[in-house]
Amino acid sequence: MVPTRSLTMPPLLAAILTIFLFQLGGEVLSRLAHLPIPGPVIGMVALAAGFVASPRLLELVRPVAQVLLGHLSLLFVPAGVGIVSQLDVLRDQGLALGAALVVSTLLAIAVGAVVFELVARATGNRPPEGAERQK
Amino acid sequence: MIEAAQIWSYLTQGPLVWLAVTLTAYLIADWCFRATGRAPWSNPVMVSILIVGSVLLATGTPYRTYFEGAQFVHFLLGPATVCLALPLYTNLGHVRRAALPMIAGLLAGSVTAVASALAVAYALGVRGNVLASLAPKSATAPVAIGISERLGGEPTLTAALVLLTGIIGAICVTPMLNALGLRDWRARGFATGVAAHGVGTARALQVNETAGAFAGIGMALNAVLTGIIAPLVLHLFQ
Repeated sequence: MVPTRSLTMPPLLAAILTIFLFQLGGEVLSRLAHLPIPGPVIGMVALAAGFVASPRLLELVRPVAQVLLGHLSLLFVPAGVGIVSQLDVLRDQGLALGAALVVSTLLAIAVGAVVFELVARATGNRPPEGAERQK
Repeated sequence: MIEAAQIWSYLTQGPLVWLAVTLTAYLIADWCFRATGRAPWSNPVMVSILIVGSVLLATGTPYRTYFEGAQFVHFLLGPATVCLALPLYTNLGHVRRAALPMIAGLLAGSVTAVASALAVAYALGVRGNVLASLAPKSATAPVAIGISERLGGEPTLTAALVLLTGIIGAICVTPMLNALGLRDWRARGFATGVAAHGVGTARALQVNETAGAFAGIGMALNAVLTGIIAPLVLHLFQ
């Protein structure tokens, strides 16, 4: 990944390749070790460890990562449109499923956040400066 | 007219039209999102899906045909997940210090998500493979689909339920946690990632970087835990 004077790789391509290789490594490890964790998640943890080890790696990947994460919502659209192929199930059982999704999602977020905050307070684990809500 | 129909049927077989439709829908949705002052109810994922879904229904295009083109955008989900290493790295200090609250929040959020979803659906008469498809809905899509298959669920239905979960979470999280008076960005983001996976994480990143980092970790941890909890809780309802 280190560009030398004689043989340089364009930084953009090097960054994309680096991200692909971390994902690839994660996929291989996930399958070889029969882990329940998806490959990209393993790649994420490994890349964060790589950032700790090498500031150059961080500077290389940062611009591409910022672009991808800046429009993360776009990437869910193709899978999400699959709802149109499930319209008949949603028509028959949509009310029950909708109620289950709304109740469970809101309850899970509220319970998870409250428990996090209670345990953080009980263990004297204060939110860091600047991590408080601004408004 | 015949020529136009021929050109249309030629183009719709390739990825170009569907990639253009996907990007156009997203740009419109993103514009709506900014025009409404980033209001939660104008969630860009939901608005984009409504636009693309309408185009498919209006043109009688099967989802399979659309996805063959749009899969190139879908593919980028993997690399984008790897890139969540960036906010994770930036917040590594916060993450290290918050191990205990994270473990507690993960267990509470994950069990609540599976158990309350199955309880409500069961009470309203949902049974069998639809119930199995619902159980892993808070996990990130590829993981949830794998779990659903193992439990005898319907993978495409699970994918739809996963996305709806994420959209519901992304729309409701900010007003709800504000109403509850929770101000710790770590708790807010983490619980959102646990309950509403990547779509919730995308929302958390829009609001606050620390929240986004904790959401990414919450999503990753719950991807693992749901594989253990979903079969156990589903067993209680069968």
